[in-house]
Amino acid sequence: MTQTTKSNRKLLTMLILGSVGMFGFGFALVPLYDVLCDALGINGKPQGTASTYEAVVVDKNRTVTIEFIAHVQSGMAWTFTPQVNRIEVHPGQLTHAKFLAHNLSTKDTVGQAIPSVSPGQGAAYFNKTECFCFNQQPLAASATAELPLIFYVDPDLPASINTLTLSYTLYDITGKAVNAIEQGAAK
Amino acid sequence: MSTMTHEQTTDHEHHDEHHGAPKGLMRWVLTTNHKDIGSLYLWFSFLMFLTGGAMAMVIRAELFQPGLQLVEPNFFNQMTTVHGLIMVFGAVMPAFTGLANWLIPMMIGAPDMALPRMNNWSFWILPFAFSLLIGSLFMEGGGPNFGWTFYAPLSTTYSPDTTALFVFAVHIMGISSIMGAINVIVTIVNMRAPGMTWMKLPLFVWTWLITAFLLIAVMPVLAGAVTMVLTDKFFGTSFFDAAGGGDPVMFQHIFWFFGHPEVYIMILPSFGIISAIVPAFSRKPLFGYASMVYATASIAILSFLVWAHHMFTTGMPVFAELFFMYCTMLIAVPTGVKVFNWVATMWRGAMTFETPMLFSLAFIILFTIGGFSGLMLAITPADFQYHDTYFVVAHFHYVLVSGAVFSIMAAAYYWLPKWTGYMYDETLGKWHFWCSVVSVNILFFPMHFLGLAGMPRRIPDYAIQFADVNQIVSIGGFAFGLSQLIFLYLVIKCVRGGDKAPAKPWEGSEGLEWTIASPAPYHSFTTPPEVK
Repeated sequence: MTQTTKSNRKLLTMLILGSVGMFGFGFALVPLYDVLCDALGINGKPQGTASTYEAVVVDKNRTVTIEFIAHVQSGMAWTFTPQVNRIEVHPGQLTHAKFLAHNLSTKDTVGQAIPSVSPGQGAAYFNKTECFCFNQQPLAASATAELPLIFYVDPDLPASINTLTLSYTLYDITGKAVNAIEQGAAK
Repeated sequence: MSTMTHEQTTDHEHHDEHHGAPKGLMRWVLTTNHKDIGSLYLWFSFLMFLTGGAMAMVIRAELFQPGLQLVEPNFFNQMTTVHGLIMVFGAVMPAFTGLANWLIPMMIGAPDMALPRMNNWSFWILPFAFSLLIGSLFMEGGGPNFGWTFYAPLSTTYSPDTTALFVFAVHIMGISSIMGAINVIVTIVNMRAPGMTWMKLPLFVWTWLITAFLLIAVMPVLAGAVTMVLTDKFFGTSFFDAAGGGDPVMFQHIFWFFGHPEVYIMILPSFGIISAIVPAFSRKPLFGYASMVYATASIAILSFLVWAHHMFTTGMPVFAELFFMYCTMLIAVPTGVKVFNWVATMWRGAMTFETPMLFSLAFIILFTIGGFSGLMLAITPADFQYHDTYFVVAHFHYVLVSGAVFSIMAAAYYWLPKWTGYMYDETLGKWHFWCSVVSVNILFFPMHFLGLAGMPRRIPDYAIQFADVNQIVSIGGFAFGLSQLIFLYLVIKCVRGGDKAPAKPWEGSEGLEWTIASPAPYHSFTTPPEVK
């Protein structure tokens, strides 16, 4: 009987460790998800840092349609719209675009725009040399701002992609402004 | 499968007089006996089945006509959510654990489960979990209303404050399942009778062993997911909040990494049950025993590679969609092996059609229908049409109600004589079966057409053109709900008395549990039997 008790204990310990390990694995999925999405470039998250525009050859023979979409988190009293909804660009061509934000509320608010590119595999080819999404956007009550975006499409963009849709969702981060920017910059 | 010695039978009836069950309420609270705990699990699961069923009745009553008649949309959402949670975690999973408790020690020739005190705990924390969950329905803001899949941001940004109780309830259910699974593994690995080698184990034991490993692998991941929801909602983390650098789509990946193995947790023990009953009433040994074991193991392994087929419409790249599509379709192969083996077992068998066999046959046919609609859903381009429609509802109710639940019913009928010592009322059993099998198809089959016609799931109101079919579905639902009361009456009647059951009431049944007396004495196999 003691022999059984001993082997029961041993197996029990291993199984409990296994369960605890799998609990940890659940949390490990979080960084793993980011790493995998980055490595495979699959979830439409463009780079969160500015690219440099150096020695890029403009491919005049090809035209790519860029569409802009802007959303505001529900309940946030801002309007947020692209100045133009779609433009045609040549791969490699440095292009300026503007988004208009207007704080409708009577409170100073800090916004953070989160970009997403569709199709997801195009995200890696969408390079921004300057973007308002790299920073928090504080906007005083009733104030209006023009938010700049300068980008170019990598000439290596796969031939199967003719249209890239850039979507921004603007979140109210007034409450956790400091934390959020650190994490946002780290991305 | 194997031949057993019969000398145990007489030995134990005499033994029982000295070490019978203690009397009174505390017997059930303090019990460490696998048979008592098995009964507790089974009764609890039946209570939850009726509770979750009552919620389904509310859903079907509201959907009887278009427009809002009986309940508020928010309460309707709470009903769909809690119905799902109760049926998954309160009815099906505890029923399987109850069967495991009752049967595994008797099937492998062990005196009890390996860790009896943990066994007591793993049952007795369950009522607390479900009190929290059901109690939250009556609190300010209402209970969980975000679907049993609790997708972020529904469960984080837009959920009621009682979400904290939902999270704790899921934690407790998870701990209970993990403890149950650990107990099953330790029992099977360490407590098999001499001669009970791996490839002599009854398939119910094999399927449960594999299920237990799945539970240990994925229930902790579910616990992690609800913990992230909790901290996102109440403590300002941003796991699933894009504003803070998180990603709501990641929630779906983590959830379904748990969720897909979970659906096999709810069906693998069924395969074990059917593999015991079909040979018994065909009076032939199971066709392809070894292939059944390997098929079960391959289903379990594949279940970790298919989770994203629940997420085809989230905008995955095409290569990922194809990968998950092909892996999902691959699962049809081992599942097909099983169905083939059951049919081959019946081929030229001397078949009789007692209630357990009827439920098993209905299982094989209806589960296969559910499997085929699953294959349709696995086809990526087609899934864009079926996604989140009633077609999905029809699919998973075919595999879970006429699949898992029917197998549990079959198991209850098959082993009731062993548990109670009395034969159940066969006429009532047949009534229960025919009422159930007719109404379950009236209830779920038309849902396929509703889904193909575009009716979304989880809505309290719908477009007028769906009215007629919804009425038929609701009538089927009420009929199915009422039919289960026949089963309740039958079980109570059987517990209280009836024709005395012999040790082996079914002519063709095989296994160690039939070598001990009916009802199974409080302590069985205190000296291990010799398995040849």
